[in-house]
Order: sequence, then C-alpha cells, then structure tokens
Amino acid sequence: MAPYIRIAGVTKKFGDFVAVNDVTLDIQRGEIFCLLGGSGCGKTTLLRMLAGFEMPTAGRIEIDGADMAGVPPYERPVNMMFQSYALFPHMTVEQNVAFGLRQEGLARPEIAQRVKAMLDIVKLGDYARRKPHQLSGGQRQRVALARALVKKPKLLLLDEPLGALDKKLREQTQFELVNIQEQLGVTFVIVTHDQEEAMTLATRIGVMNQGRIVQVGTPREIYEYPGTRFVADFIGNVNLFEGRLLQDEPGHVLIEAPELEAPIFVGHGISSAPGATVWAAIRPEKIHLTREPPPGANNRASGVIKDIAYMGEVSIYLVRLDSGRIVRVSQPNSFRHADDQLVWDQRVWISWHESSAVVLTS
Amino acid sequence: MSRRVSPGIRLVMWTGFLFLYVPILSMIVFSFNESKLVTVWGGFSTKWYGELLRDRQMLAGAWLSLQIAFVTACGATVLGTLAAFALVRHGRFRGRTLFSGMVSAPLVMPEVITGLSLLLLFVALAPLPFMPATRGFATIVIAHMTLTLAYVTVIVQSRLATFDISLEEAAMDLGARPLTVFRTITLPLIAPALASGWLLAFTLSLDDLVIASFTAGPSTNTLPMMIFSKVRLGVTPEINALATIMVSVVAVFVVVAGVLLARQERMRLRDSQAAARG
Repeated sequence: MAPYIRIAGVTKKFGDFVAVNDVTLDIQRGEIFCLLGGSGCGKTTLLRMLAGFEMPTAGRIEIDGADMAGVPPYERPVNMMFQSYALFPHMTVEQNVAFGLRQEGLARPEIAQRVKAMLDIVKLGDYARRKPHQLSGGQRQRVALARALVKKPKLLLLDEPLGALDKKLREQTQFELVNIQEQLGVTFVIVTHDQEEAMTLATRIGVMNQGRIVQVGTPREIYEYPGTRFVADFIGNVNLFEGRLLQDEPGHVLIEAPELEAPIFVGHGISSAPGATVWAAIRPEKIHLTREPPPGANNRASGVIKDIAYMGEVSIYLVRLDSGRIVRVSQPNSFRHADDQLVWDQRVWISWHESSAVVLTS
Repeated sequence: MSRRVSPGIRLVMWTGFLFLYVPILSMIVFSFNESKLVTVWGGFSTKWYGELLRDRQMLAGAWLSLQIAFVTACGATVLGTLAAFALVRHGRFRGRTLFSGMVSAPLVMPEVITGLSLLLLFVALAPLPFMPATRGFATIVIAHMTLTLAYVTVIVQSRLATFDISLEEAAMDLGARPLTVFRTITLPLIAPALASGWLLAFTLSLDDLVIASFTAGPSTNTLPMMIFSKVRLGVTPEINALATIMVSVVAVFVVVAGVLLARQERMRLRDSQAAARG
C-alpha cells in the first residue's frame, strides 16, 4: 500500500539553526501518528510544514500522492487543531465551526446541517450559540476539534491536543478523541511532549530529538524495544547499566557491568564484537525485589532500600547497590495488607528475567 | 469603596479638581450669561447660543474644522494602522528603529517646530506637480495627519502586540485567503483600537491651533484660529458659548474612545484568564 503521507528528506533551517534535519517518514491512511519529543526537537516545525505555515528548506512532502510544495495553507486538504485552540472570540461556537465551510462557498442549508451533525458528534449541540469565553476548557477543546474536522480533511494535525486540560479531563478526552477518529476515519498526526498522551493515543510513535526522528514504532515497540539510550530514557523510566560485552552468541549475550556483582545475561544475540561497550536498559517494573538471594548466577545484585514512594497502585523503591549505584524498582501493591512489607534500610536482592534487559549499542 | 480616606487627602484631591476644572466650569457658566460683560453675571440666558448660530463666519469655520478633522482621522487611521502592522508583524527589518522613532516623533516634537517645518516643506514643494499649489485645506490635512498618525500607530501597535497570531493561522488553515482572513478575523478583533484611534485623531485635529496656523492659507480659517483671533479683541460671551459646545463634543469623543479601549482591555483580560483556566 502506498503511504498516504510521505515526508521525504525534509529539512528546515531558520538562519543557521536546523530545526528539522533530513526527516523521512511514511504515514498510512487512518493512522494516529504521534510525533513525540522534548521542546525544541523540531516536532512543531514538522507539523507546521504539513499544515503549510512553513516551507521546507529541502525535501518533499506528499499528501495522498499530491506534492505540497508551494501549496498555501488555505489550499491544503489538511486542518489543524491549535495548541491554544485559536477559537475566534467574536464568533459563536456555531459560527466558529461553520467558518471553514463558508470558505468553500457551500449552500447555507448544507453548512447548517453539517455544523449541527459535527456538534452532535462532539456533544456540544446545546452550546451552539455560546461564545468561546462562555465555555470550559474541555468544551473549547471540542469546539476546536469540531471546527477542524467539519471540513472532512484528509489529514488532521493536532498540536498538544490535551496540553491545556487537567488530568481527569485528559484521560476522558483521550478516549473520546480515539473514538471520533475511528468514527470518521481521518488520519491524525499529533505533536506532543507527553509520553503518556502519545502512548494512549497513537497507533505509531515517532520519537524526535534535535530535529531528527530517532525511532518509529508502535507504543509497545518504543517502550519495550527502545533503539537508543535517548529513547529508553525519554519514554518512561529506565535503569541503564554500562558494560563490556563478554560473549555474543546467536542465542544469548553476556555483559559484564562493573556496577553489578554478577554479569547480565540476555536471551538473544545482538551481533556485535566482544569487548565492545554496550548499555543494558532495564525497566523498573521488570525488576523483582526479594529478601532471599534469587536462584541463578546472573541478572542479580544486592543492596539496601534507601527510599520508598507509595503511589497507590505501585510503590517505587530506590535500592542502593553495594557498588553505590541507585536502582529504581517499582512493584505493584497487589495486596492491601502485606505482612512482609519491605522497609527502609532493609537488605534486599534485585533480579530480572533474561528477556527483560534491552541491549543498546548507542 | 468603603475605605476611609483621611480629610487631608480629600482636601488635596478637591484642590486638584478645582485647579483643573474651575476655568472650564466658569466658562460654561458664563456662556449662559445675559450680560454682554463677560465677568459680570446678569442673569441666565441662552441668547449667545442663538447669536452664535447666526454668525455665518463662525459656522463656516466650524464646518471647515469638522471636514478637516474627518478627513484627517480617516487618513491617519489607515496610515497609522499600516505603520503598526509594519512595526509589529515584520520583525526586525532594516531601518525599523529609525521608522518607529520617526512615527512617534510628533508625540514629543514641539508643535511650533512641526508647524514651521511643514510650512517650509509646503512652500518648497508647491511648484512641483501633484503638490498643493496653495496652502489651505489639503496642507492642513496633511499636517494634521503627520501629527495624529503617531497616536493611531501607538494604539493599534499595542493591540496587535497582544493579538494571538494563531487566530489568523487557524482561519487560513480553514481555507480563508489572506484578504478574507484580514476582513473576517483581524479587522473585527482590532476594530475597537481603530475606532479609538480614529476618535483621538478627530479630536486632536479639531482643536489644533498651532499647526493649522502655520499650514493654513489666507482664506482657510479653522475654528480654533477664528476663536484665537477674536479673543485678541476681547472675550465675548459668544466665544464662551462656542467653547462650551466644543468642550462637550471633545468630551463625548474622548469618553467614547476611553470606553472602547477599556472594554477591549477587559475582553483581552477575560480571554487570557479563561485561557489560563484552560
């Protein structure tokens, strides 16, 4: 299947500053694609190039087979939901949503009917005659969404769509957004710095750093199989151990990490030269915490609990190993009363399964 | 306000008010004076207002001043808005500092200097084609526009500085061409600033004496010029009546402009608070 949106070798420079650096990306029809990265990583610039507010310095953008070079924003089959929502303050909700359709020169009855249908989808039918300042944050967000979707764009761009909402509303809106997307089948490209938002919304995530796409994959791939230390560290929490490759066989890898007392055993090969410096990334929730020494000679270390943070569904333990290294471990609080609760300054063992560590070479 | 204000502060306040408004109040009161002597009260009468209405010369001056003020205000609003857009929207172009300095120079320049330099300019330019050959209506309007466009620029500039550019981008994204964006989004949102700029320019032009005296021709006498020349022969109750009318007109305009600006500021505050609330 030919990609619906093709971004090929796109670079954008502002003076000497390279905001977007040689990005190549294919997005399929009906996807929810998330561009994830910290501030200044170029994600918003890439989004603005898709919308037509910025022109690429080099490279090519195609939407549904059509080259977008030189096509101004008002002629693109693309609509955008702005971070500030950018609702027109002097127009009612209805007029805001109708604005785009009026530009197409549609007949009044058709505009009215489409606006009404769209307001019903975002559950704002009763608010049609209100002005934006009479709405709550969540309602404004839905007006902005309705206004962008009513034109039936081939591509909807969303800039930090949930950024301005409080936590409870965010979770609710995340699911609504996905429902609406499935209902209408529009392709979404979302820009966000919030990894949780990206994980829940996206079918695929592109992680950006310093103007480049560093990894593209499903949320699970990005989380479980990060390709670089940057991605491992940026998405969620991770314990990184630097080490030297002792053995690299097709079936396993053995890494000697000075901070751990036993070597790290990983149940797959990585085809790298023995002796090379590598990093093993282990997620906090994949580490077991026990009072007794775990069986086996690898993937273990002992230490003392230095800190416990009770978060409700999980507890975070900071364990200081004998080498002085602090390791972050999270354990679900499966029981309400645990008789053998772990306490501060208690001596414990950490261990993990041979499939848990990810070996990173860069 | 339920806060107690000490008598001392009250006294200072009332002294201030008296200082500012007694001259104007006495003028208004004496415009209703029956007597021909300006400083002697001879009973209430509106006859000087009637007298004024029969003074053809005075009415012609008033009509001329109104026309000049209207054309000036329209021209200054257009030019001042363009200048404000250039200053706010076009970043650091070459010569920006010079341009912004020159636009606001009339705010601080002594009027005598402005008037004199414009007079010299008009005299020098008169022989050239497309330039006003004699001084009169056109030269006064041009002179007033240079003065008042500074005020319009400052007002519109401050409005544009707080204008959320993503509103225009959103409109463009929804399919509106740049001209449509300006007409349907930008213009309605900055309209209050334009209106208050227009009103301010109108008022400034209406009561300007100095610059008009320099740039007027022999047969163009604006209202302030006429009043000034009459007063040199002694103040008459008729002048008091005229001045009262002018004060009222100007007061109405300034209040309307103030209300427009205040309302806009309130709306902006409300919007930004609402945005902060999310």
